[in-house]
Amino acid sequence: MESLNALFSLGFATALTPANLLWALLGCTLGTAIGVLPGIGPAVTVALLLPVTQSVDPTGALIMLAGVYYGAMFGGSTTSILLNTPGEAGSIVSALEGNKMAKAGRAGPALSTAAIGSFIAGSIATVLLTLLAPIIAGFALQLGPVETFSLMMMTFAAVSAVLGNSPLKGFIALMLGLAIGLIGIEPQSGQSRFTFGLMPLIDGIDIVVIAMGLFAVGETLYTATYENKMKAGLETLTGRFWMTKEDWKRSWKPWLRGTAIGFPFGTLPAGGTEMPTFLSYSAERKLASPEAQKEFGKGAIEGVAGPEAANNAAVTGTLVPLLTLGIPTSATAAIMLSAFQQYNIVPGPLLFDTNPELVWGLIASLYIGNVMLLVLNLPLVGLWVQFLKVPRPLLYGGILLLATMGAYALRQSWFDLMLLYIIGVLGFLMRRYDFPVVPLIVGLIVGPMAEKHFRRAMSIHQGDLTVFLTHPISLAILVVTAAILIVPPLMKRRQKMLQAA
Amino acid sequence: MKLKTLLVSCLVALAPMAAQAQVEQFKIMAPANPGGGFDTIARTLGEALQASGQVKSVVVENKAGAGGAIGMAQFVNNEKGNPNALLVAGAVTVGALETNKSPVNFGMVTPISRLMGEFNVIVVPTASPYKSIKDLMAAYKANPGAVSIGGGSAGGIDHIMASLMSEKAGVDPDKLNYIPFAGGGEGKAAVLGNQIAAYISGYGELADLIKAGKVRALGISAATRNPDIPVPTIREQGTDVVVYNWRGVFAPPGINAAQKAQLIKMVETAAKSPTWKAKAEKFEWLDMLQSGDSFQTFLNEDIKRTAVTVKKLKLGN
Repeated sequence: MESLNALFSLGFATALTPANLLWALLGCTLGTAIGVLPGIGPAVTVALLLPVTQSVDPTGALIMLAGVYYGAMFGGSTTSILLNTPGEAGSIVSALEGNKMAKAGRAGPALSTAAIGSFIAGSIATVLLTLLAPIIAGFALQLGPVETFSLMMMTFAAVSAVLGNSPLKGFIALMLGLAIGLIGIEPQSGQSRFTFGLMPLIDGIDIVVIAMGLFAVGETLYTATYENKMKAGLETLTGRFWMTKEDWKRSWKPWLRGTAIGFPFGTLPAGGTEMPTFLSYSAERKLASPEAQKEFGKGAIEGVAGPEAANNAAVTGTLVPLLTLGIPTSATAAIMLSAFQQYNIVPGPLLFDTNPELVWGLIASLYIGNVMLLVLNLPLVGLWVQFLKVPRPLLYGGILLLATMGAYALRQSWFDLMLLYIIGVLGFLMRRYDFPVVPLIVGLIVGPMAEKHFRRAMSIHQGDLTVFLTHPISLAILVVTAAILIVPPLMKRRQKMLQAA
Repeated sequence: MKLKTLLVSCLVALAPMAAQAQVEQFKIMAPANPGGGFDTIARTLGEALQASGQVKSVVVENKAGAGGAIGMAQFVNNEKGNPNALLVAGAVTVGALETNKSPVNFGMVTPISRLMGEFNVIVVPTASPYKSIKDLMAAYKANPGAVSIGGGSAGGIDHIMASLMSEKAGVDPDKLNYIPFAGGGEGKAAVLGNQIAAYISGYGELADLIKAGKVRALGISAATRNPDIPVPTIREQGTDVVVYNWRGVFAPPGINAAQKAQLIKMVETAAKSPTWKAKAEKFEWLDMLQSGDSFQTFLNEDIKRTAVTVKKLKLGN
């Protein structure tokens, strides 16, 4: 309750001044804009904005930077859904069902459920941040490489459900993702793998290049090759922008579940926004009603609502270790940390005591930023949807341009452009021969992380494999993992036996 | 108030420069993502060059990858002969180039100045049984594998420090159980959460956690104690290891001696400006300004020493 007092007496009093409201608005608008542009992530934007810290007071500047961070997650989903060009790793999953919905003329509800889900997740996560930050931060530290590796095994188990219609093809895609993930320097030993002596490959291939290649470029090639020959006007736009009663009914549970998955992941030192979106997506796919389950892969609203809530909750979650321990767990959080340093403010254990107005002002502004983003984004849905009325050749031309610009913006390298198109051709072939893309992305993102944590755990515990079973939290996670793998087939069998009886 | 002092000091700094032409546009390459050490140096130097009236505008270019090697390769290719461009590099780059067998090396750029240095500190979790470097080294000697030591990327300055300590303990650095962490955040979390036995990083990065009593600092890698830093040296505790991280700037290849001299003059003026000094104090940077030939000598020694360590650790390809 002490924290609630501080929030209202210090936080809202600070955040609700006209100047700070304006900073929040500016940050949210800017964040949404850069989220919409693929390739320009929140990290780069916050870095470019760092110089404002020289002329603006700390509270105002940090409120604005937090708005950028939040807004980018909101905006990132827009291009994912409309154009199949995920600009941030956290919105890759939204492209899966979201873009299918858009193609079925349901872009409006997809964008709305993303915006409202993000709002709800962001709000709940901010409440959790307010009340529990110090406790959660302490707990998250107990999760070392052993527990993190077990968590990743759980993610693998959970997403194996999304391997597609043919488990073999899904498995091949997963292996391909794992293989591409191996490219680059292996951090433990400093050896480079599969770089063929090419310097630009030393840090591996940026996930955004791969996502945009597979989705945007692959899709464009596919459409140009096949769909052009079909009758035009498949994507007739039904006039509905708004969610129906049915959409609401199908969205609210995924929103809450997404929040519950996303927030804890954000607080983990090795968390990030991608893993919770995968977990949320596979959870929704498993938990959806039988009719909705059939829609998965063709545009199920649950598959947008859950992951979008998860990524926003995770973003708020990353503020927990940043504010309470001074530990940045994402690139954007790392740059926010240097913004703090510009003011001689050191985030960490002492921050709540030394700069209470700043911390509570920032937290209060997160509440305000959430409302602002919803107000900003919902009316825009109508406008965004108009994009799909653009004639298809122009639309796909535009998508290709955006993807190319985005890949180049990452590090101004022609090499990345070349990769983008090579991966685009791969994406085209995968679609042509009906290989699912999700397992590839999962293997690519989770694979290298799992390897890193496995090797770290082995190094710390001197090669003792039993640590995964002797650490209680790890054991619990592995039990859940086993349950994910074993229970559904058993249930099916039982059902069959009951039906037979 | 602050602005006023700044303006006045700028004018003071400007006075002797009046006769000299101002550079229109200056480019500084930070071969890392925004927000990190290289980036901070690049931006601070840019500000200081502007504030001291030597250049009109500065563009900082970020090009991350391979511990700075990718940025360096682009700098060598694109800026050849350009007397108005600088590249930021440091001990981290030396280690990375050595480990990655990079196609670029320090022979391809023109050393201008070493700008700053930073001592490393070795910390342990508060729950750790080790109260001093002696305790830590005794445990390490008894069973090297059981004492996991975290730090920055493999082959970097933190790794080198750990291996030098191992050598002093009479243990083959090959036996060192070193856990590299990229980006600092995860490493701090690992030592706070008692996941690793010890953690090595720049003092500036850990100062807050040390002051808050969240980790225990065992020793700093300086030669002598610093009155501002409440940590004993590693050397005074019987392990003679002195290591520091440094960062400096380099000009493109193919510039002439006059252009090099001019750049040194510009960088030294900037590094002595109040803008730079204020930042240096804030980040607890050590003043290690060294230019031209003496910097070249230092660099050669550092590269040689790093190469030996990297080889001993069997890093790289």
